Amino acid sequence: MTIAPEDELARVVREHAGRLAASLVSLLGDFSAAEDLVQDAVETALRRWPDEGIPDRPDAWLYTVARRRGLDVLRRESTYRAKLELLRTPAPAEPDGRLRLMFTCCHPALPRAAQIALTLRVVCGLTTGQIAAAFLAPETTVAQRITRAKRKIAEAGIPYRVPAAGELPARVREVLAVIYLLFNEGYLSSTAERAHSRDLVDDAEWLASLLTGLLPAEPEAAGLLALIRLHRARDAARFDAAGRLVLLPGQDRSRWDHDAIAAAAALLTRTARRHRAPGPYQLQAAIAACHAEAARWEDTDWPQIVVLYDMLLRLAPSPVTRLHRAIAVHRVEGPEAALGELKDLRAALERYPLYHATHAELLRDLGRPAEAREADERALRLTANPAQQALLEERISWADTAP
Amino acid sequence: MFMDTEQFAKDLAAMTDAERAQAVGKVEQWFADNAGRITGGSKLAPPHTATTVRMEGGGDPVITDGPFMEGKEVVSGFAEIDVADLDEALAMVRTWPACPTVEIRPVER
Repeated sequence: MTIAPEDELARVVREHAGRLAASLVSLLGDFSAAEDLVQDAVETALRRWPDEGIPDRPDAWLYTVARRRGLDVLRRESTYRAKLELLRTPAPAEPDGRLRLMFTCCHPALPRAAQIALTLRVVCGLTTGQIAAAFLAPETTVAQRITRAKRKIAEAGIPYRVPAAGELPARVREVLAVIYLLFNEGYLSSTAERAHSRDLVDDAEWLASLLTGLLPAEPEAAGLLALIRLHRARDAARFDAAGRLVLLPGQDRSRWDHDAIAAAAALLTRTARRHRAPGPYQLQAAIAACHAEAARWEDTDWPQIVVLYDMLLRLAPSPVTRLHRAIAVHRVEGPEAALGELKDLRAALERYPLYHATHAELLRDLGRPAEAREADERALRLTANPAQQALLEERISWADTAP
Repeated sequence: MFMDTEQFAKDLAAMTDAERAQAVGKVEQWFADNAGRITGGSKLAPPHTATTVRMEGGGDPVITDGPFMEGKEVVSGFAEIDVADLDEALAMVRTWPACPTVEIRPVER
């Protein structure tokens, strides 16, 4: 497979922007100023590299641009004289500071949307425009979110370091939540043809892999990485030739990346062996592995999936998880039992399209097509995702032509 | 800044003297444990003692009985602390044994 030039560009920026940000924050002791310089260097690279080609040493190139820009800015502001001297030095060689960067960007004192935007910009090297495009948000909104977050970091004294051992588990959970949301957003909004130049799923996988490498003792980081990779391994079969979403039962499993599935499952097993009870990401990955390792839809180990959902619900009770458990119960005990489980969830999930789509499926299996059609229509009204819309419309029109 | 709620005040009132003494003891212990970082602060008298003066609108100040914001939470006191960063302040607040809400804010320098 050849790599598209824009993907290569994204890869190189992702590999170096965060490192540059980390070393500039250390050097200047000023998160906001360092971040501005990196952003400027990234924008310059995105403008020039497509014509000039990616330089042999992209890290040195980016540092040179950031430094030149920094000197320009600092020269105009006399209070920064001391920092001016610091920037005259060549690129500092220091260990990977991106872990600290991630903890600062995902500090619990920042709102979630700001954590996400900041992580993308500072750690992954996305421009504000790219973030806005990926989240279908106005660029000014994203820019404002970032400015506000940077001010809070500076003025509220949010530190730039890896948290103390006692705080680490809670803070890692915060970083994982950001990566998971990023993955979900990218995965659900993806279509057969890539709508925008930056794929958030790539960034989420890359961040999870970076975190796993930097925090090898943290099993949930590996769990999230395995989860993302197991989902991605099925990418080629998620859409048909016409770009329509294909659900799991109908997917052509020969198009799955079976090597990637085996590797992710092995990562999960290795992680489970080294640690005590698995956390929520490991459990979700184990569920994804049950699906990915089944040769055919009919071979899916549903009883095992129900057990894993029970474990997950004990750790993180949520109506959405209960809905997914009900889908597995459908396969183990039949539609009647699953429908019973769905009843209690109605109030909590009234606005959730998958609730109504699942409800429709159960009603159809129970021979109640009119009610099923109503449920599908409710689901359709609630989803903004074009691929899901197409699927539901198709189901509704089938129902119309059925005898 | 320490924030009391109606519920917290009720719970406190419902305690026996011994329980209340124990709760006060915990607060005193917290201040003792953190003495090295606490540089100032005060407990405020209850909200029924508050008087609010509003000077907006250019006319005479409007004086009203009660705290400036009618709500479920009222500021009940504050402590000034000297810490390196927000995480250090958060670690202190995590062990705070009394009222249910604490707001952390830097002091203007």
